[in-house]
Amino acid sequence: MPEFRNVVVTVNEEPREAEIEPRLLLVHFLREVCGLTGTHFGCDTTSCGCCTVLFDGVPVKSCTVLGVQADGHEIITVEGLGSPSELSPVQEGFHEEHGLQCGFCTPGMMMTATAFLDENPNPTEEEIRWALSGNNCRCTGYVNIVKAVKWAAKKMATSGVSARGAAPIR
Amino acid sequence: MAAPNRSGTLTAAKEVRLYPSRFHYEAPRTIDEACQMMAYYRDDAKVLSGGMSLIPLMKLRFASPGTIVDINNIEGLDYIEEAGGYLRIGALARNRAIVRSDLVRSRHPLMSSACPTISDPVVRNRGTLVGNCCHSDPQGDWVSVMMCLGGEIVARSVDGERVIPIEQFTTGPFSNSLQSHEIAVEARIPGSTNYGEYHKIERKVGDFATVAVGVALNIAGGSVSHCGIALTGVAPSNLKCYDAERAVMGGTLNEGTIEAAARAASAAASPRSDHRGSEEYKRTMVEVFVRRSLRAAAGIRAA
Repeated sequence: MPEFRNVVVTVNEEPREAEIEPRLLLVHFLREVCGLTGTHFGCDTTSCGCCTVLFDGVPVKSCTVLGVQADGHEIITVEGLGSPSELSPVQEGFHEEHGLQCGFCTPGMMMTATAFLDENPNPTEEEIRWALSGNNCRCTGYVNIVKAVKWAAKKMATSGVSARGAAPIR
Repeated sequence: MAAPNRSGTLTAAKEVRLYPSRFHYEAPRTIDEACQMMAYYRDDAKVLSGGMSLIPLMKLRFASPGTIVDINNIEGLDYIEEAGGYLRIGALARNRAIVRSDLVRSRHPLMSSACPTISDPVVRNRGTLVGNCCHSDPQGDWVSVMMCLGGEIVARSVDGERVIPIEQFTTGPFSNSLQSHEIAVEARIPGSTNYGEYHKIERKVGDFATVAVGVALNIAGGSVSHCGIALTGVAPSNLKCYDAERAVMGGTLNEGTIEAAARAASAAASPRSDHRGSEEYKRTMVEVFVRRSLRAAAGIRAA
């Protein structure tokens, strides 16, 4: 009989309780148990960063974390950024500068960028590129992504809104 | 598949993707509890810290431990501190914290130079130095850095604690000298060094080294009182270059001693030609990096 564990994970500020096998990866917990398919599943080898989510505010690749490890912790996925009526500065930046492109790497890029901008709200281009170096864009279109992050930084400076839009990440 | 809902209880996931083999999961709250578990499960168990190497291996089923002892819930294992003449790095100190640590930079600049080349920023958020050493990937960077600095691993078990010098800790590709009931709880690095550089050629961010060279020195009164030189990616495992170290130890850095060290390091390497580069290229880059580091340390401008 497979072993199941009961976990309670706060996902986008809402508690989610489930019985899961310890071998269930966090990315599949989010996508297939919670039904939050914004977190993409790209390379499966801890390389591409499409599955990046915030784990207690810190970006992690959710294909390389076990779902049970999130028990008692806070996860924020791309669904936790902004709202349809009010995009977060990072989401708006990706829209304004066409950082979206094909869209596959976008959730991971936005999660990494969100945590990065909350720590470094006025970054140089080099710092942005370095911060995003764990996220691969398969259109190789980093130019617009970097522009989008810069756009978000400017928006944050003028609006006083955090990168996530809502409350700052702890 | 479980029906998604806004919040509350979700039913058991039955049809989700499950990549690693089945395992029993333990999440001890204290180090003593973890040691008792390891004493019980022994060879059947693997310790999970950052998981950035172990979980990928489990997904590929290169590793299928029967039990995972996840130490992430143990409080107080994430320290980076100086005590008893050692820089002490706890088993849960993330690479993210090491990159940012002023203490690390002030004691051993080599560590601060190497850390940003290890994996990528998101992986560094979780990966650990101690875990990287335990994994003992022959391409791992931290083992080379520890070799340069005379680092040791502190192992804990129900029998007590023992300290293992890094050269005796790694015993070959993906193997270390921990006994099956022991847990590596700390890396400790003695004293301080006032110069250190890690040069690494990688094809992309986070890649394994095509060639990497670590150099750490302590220069006092013009004389080299400590020299550590180690190589990654150019031998079957991490390689400490004793001959190169001896060439500059105890004397002053000058063109003659620098050249001798660079050649000795290059001669010690045994790289293989592969899709990353030829043997000759890798050997030459070892020489170039050792020479470049030692010249910079001596304040000599590169020719």
